[in-house]
Amino acid sequence: MTGFALARARPGLAFWRSLGAFHRVVLMLGAVLVLAAVLAPWLAQHGPTDQSLMSRLKPPLGFAGAKAGYLLGTDELGRDLLARCLYGLRLTLSLAFLGTLVGLAIGATLGLLAGVAGGRTEAAIMAAVDMQIAIPFTLVALFVLALFGSSFGVMILLLGVAGWEQYARIVAAETRRLMRMPFVEAARAAGATPRRIALVHLLPNLISPIVVQMTLSFSNIILLESSLSFLGLGVQPPTATLGAMVGVGRDYMPIAPWIVLAPSVLILAVTFVVQVLGDFARDRADVRLRAR
Amino acid sequence: MPLLSVENLSLAFGSHVALRGLSFAVEPGETVALVGESGSGKSATALALMRLIERDGGQITAGRIRLRDTDLTAASEAQMRRIRGNRIAMVFQEPMTALNPVMPLGAQVAEVLRLHRGLDGAAAHAAVIEAFARVRIPQPELRYGQFAHELSGGLRQRVMIAMALACQPDLLIADEPTTALDVTTQAGILSLIKTLQADTGMAVLFITHDMGVVAEIADRVVVLRQGEKMEEAPVTRIFRAPQADYTRMLMAATPRLGSGAPAAPRPSDPVLQVENLSVRFALPGAMPFAPGPEFHAVRDVSFSVGRGETLGLVGESGCGKSTLARACLRLIGVDAGQVRLCGDPLTGLSAAQMRPLRRRAQMVFQDPYASLNPRLTVADLITEPALIHGTVTRAGRHDLAEELLEKVGLEAAAMTRFAHQFSGGQRQRLCIARALSVRPALIVADEPVSALDVSVARQITDLLARLQAEDGLSFLFISHDIAVVERVSHRIAVMQAGRIVEIGPTDRVLAAPAHPYTRRLLAAVPVPDPAKRGPMTAMPDLMPPPPAILPRGTRPVREVLMAVGPRHFALASNDPAPLPPRAGAERDPVDRVTHHMAAQPAGAGS
Repeated sequence: MTGFALARARPGLAFWRSLGAFHRVVLMLGAVLVLAAVLAPWLAQHGPTDQSLMSRLKPPLGFAGAKAGYLLGTDELGRDLLARCLYGLRLTLSLAFLGTLVGLAIGATLGLLAGVAGGRTEAAIMAAVDMQIAIPFTLVALFVLALFGSSFGVMILLLGVAGWEQYARIVAAETRRLMRMPFVEAARAAGATPRRIALVHLLPNLISPIVVQMTLSFSNIILLESSLSFLGLGVQPPTATLGAMVGVGRDYMPIAPWIVLAPSVLILAVTFVVQVLGDFARDRADVRLRAR
Repeated sequence: MPLLSVENLSLAFGSHVALRGLSFAVEPGETVALVGESGSGKSATALALMRLIERDGGQITAGRIRLRDTDLTAASEAQMRRIRGNRIAMVFQEPMTALNPVMPLGAQVAEVLRLHRGLDGAAAHAAVIEAFARVRIPQPELRYGQFAHELSGGLRQRVMIAMALACQPDLLIADEPTTALDVTTQAGILSLIKTLQADTGMAVLFITHDMGVVAEIADRVVVLRQGEKMEEAPVTRIFRAPQADYTRMLMAATPRLGSGAPAAPRPSDPVLQVENLSVRFALPGAMPFAPGPEFHAVRDVSFSVGRGETLGLVGESGCGKSTLARACLRLIGVDAGQVRLCGDPLTGLSAAQMRPLRRRAQMVFQDPYASLNPRLTVADLITEPALIHGTVTRAGRHDLAEELLEKVGLEAAAMTRFAHQFSGGQRQRLCIARALSVRPALIVADEPVSALDVSVARQITDLLARLQAEDGLSFLFISHDIAVVERVSHRIAVMQAGRIVEIGPTDRVLAAPAHPYTRRLLAAVPVPDPAKRGPMTAMPDLMPPPPAILPRGTRPVREVLMAVGPRHFALASNDPAPLPPRAGAERDPVDRVTHHMAAQPAGAGS
């Protein structure tokens, strides 16, 4: 009984207590990553673009030839890798997070609309989905970036739009299935409007597939951004993003592997945290699983 | 020496004990019925006999299963593979899911023969044709290359039985083999099993919840409840003088045809009036964009339901009864005819105009698991219609939920829980509470008790009767089970192929059925009394119903109901001879042809 009272007073604490050791560790790792990104300007001792040609390609501390003050070593222009990683993480996380939300907002709305309305609306939306899949994305990216130039806002929109069709497909298919469920028919028999059916009866039952798609899309956007950067279409150098750092560092792999390793490990960590927390959120969102 | 002896068998799934110390034996050539409601452990027992229970996450915690002199509990997986399908075979409830949908039926049976008999090529083909012929599948050569979805439910179950019997097993385990079938199809399958048993001398372990089926087929009966054996006795003694209280309760709950209908209410203005209602579905044409033919699901149906009255709608699967129910509530489009609810016409209204009228009629569905939104709490679920119609404020929802829960016999503590935390019967009560939340005049109940155990079904029908007595509710009660319909209905309408073939006061329709289809339906209902088990006699073929699929724009033949008694009407029919008082038959034309063959040796089997 006291535990219950405590849980009511301190929901955060109760939540933490309900977690297993694995999820606690992953959650802390996630918190560290987010904090590192947010606090980048205060954590970094050097600017991310400050060059020091005297100290090029220095290895991380603890290796022969390391230079004090450069924890993760330096890159080919003598820039501090730690600073670049922190700023890169900051940019990559915000791009991926906002891009995912844009894709979700467009895709889930259109998918839900297609599934509920059916008929011509559905045919039109699904035709748009097919078109999006058929046109090479880099082509669209080239066109948009040539028109509007590469700014943070344009990048977010571009990366979000790049994934909307997957949300739309999954949500539309799942909505079609749910529309045939008796509980939706019961709601219609009770006089519920299509809007109410979509928001009260369909959307909460769509959380699981949406969350799974979000985790996939989050990682995809990180990779997409790096391939755009590699083509010179993404965030412009010398601004650091994790993907761009991997792309540039590839050339120095034989002589300075740390340039690739540091951002790669971060990408890995971010993706891992997102996947685990996504699965976790999906299980928690399902009342049937939560009861067990 | 018994063929199968089960000694002190205990089964568990994790920490949940499914079966405690069960002992029984099956003699060669005998039919033993394992009877119980859900959770009784009857299906777990079947899985244990096949040693398939480990794969389902269960285990045998104690006891011994012996097949002649083989100890199955100690058998290795390799030994079990030689026994399964060879010495013990199994038939499942749902023939559609038990058959591989993408494999030709002949190849599936041939696989069993290849595994256990080493047959291949032409020899296997010939053996499959023979196996199909043995279970009276018409045109066995044609069936060899067909797929499961191309066959009717009855034929699919025959294929399952052919597969099970391909290697002439000593023991056939039939796990609710007729539960998913219509009564007339069920009668055909039961008589087939009896005939085959007489021919081959195999033993049958028949698992069922239906006392009517038990009376038809069993020699001995083992009654299970929550993993414990309640009683074991010869079938006549079980029905004459049941020893255990639970058996008596089960008997009392089992719907019996002819046990009396509720007294008719005072005549009043009709709550629901349906006039010449028709619903058609367009089918795809031969070419894209070419108009296809139309399927006439409901044809020219007229009836009415008075205040405080229950109209039972009976028919076999696919007869259009659910389509009719949905059309009455405008959940699907209506192609012709008129529906009036409390005097106001519903046809011709737009969706928005229809919405405020929806509170007058609510619906209860068959599957209580799927008809409740899994994400909403009970309080939100059952008060939702009231909230939509503005008859309750957000603050008042709690009080309303409490009142509704009390009304359907659930505790107020249920309010904060979710649907999956309730049993099937409790969920159906929640569905009823939800329907009641807007104080409707009419509730359309589509097979509301078909998914429930008999004892729970009884409680639900009693609840519906109580609500009717208290609030003067009207019901349109749809079911395939004519005995359940009799228990609750003042009047009965019998549907076949989209038409009402007979409608009238319950006792009149059951005592003096005027239409041959009604008589056939009544004859196929299993009687829960082994003494009335008679030899299956052949029944004359019915005139086939008029075709349901017509070219676009063609009107179906207009048929007129004729008065055959006070308030009792039936379609005129050209079928000459009245049917014999007791018989079994199948609905499918193909099945019907074979029935004469199946029927002859049946007397020897029982």
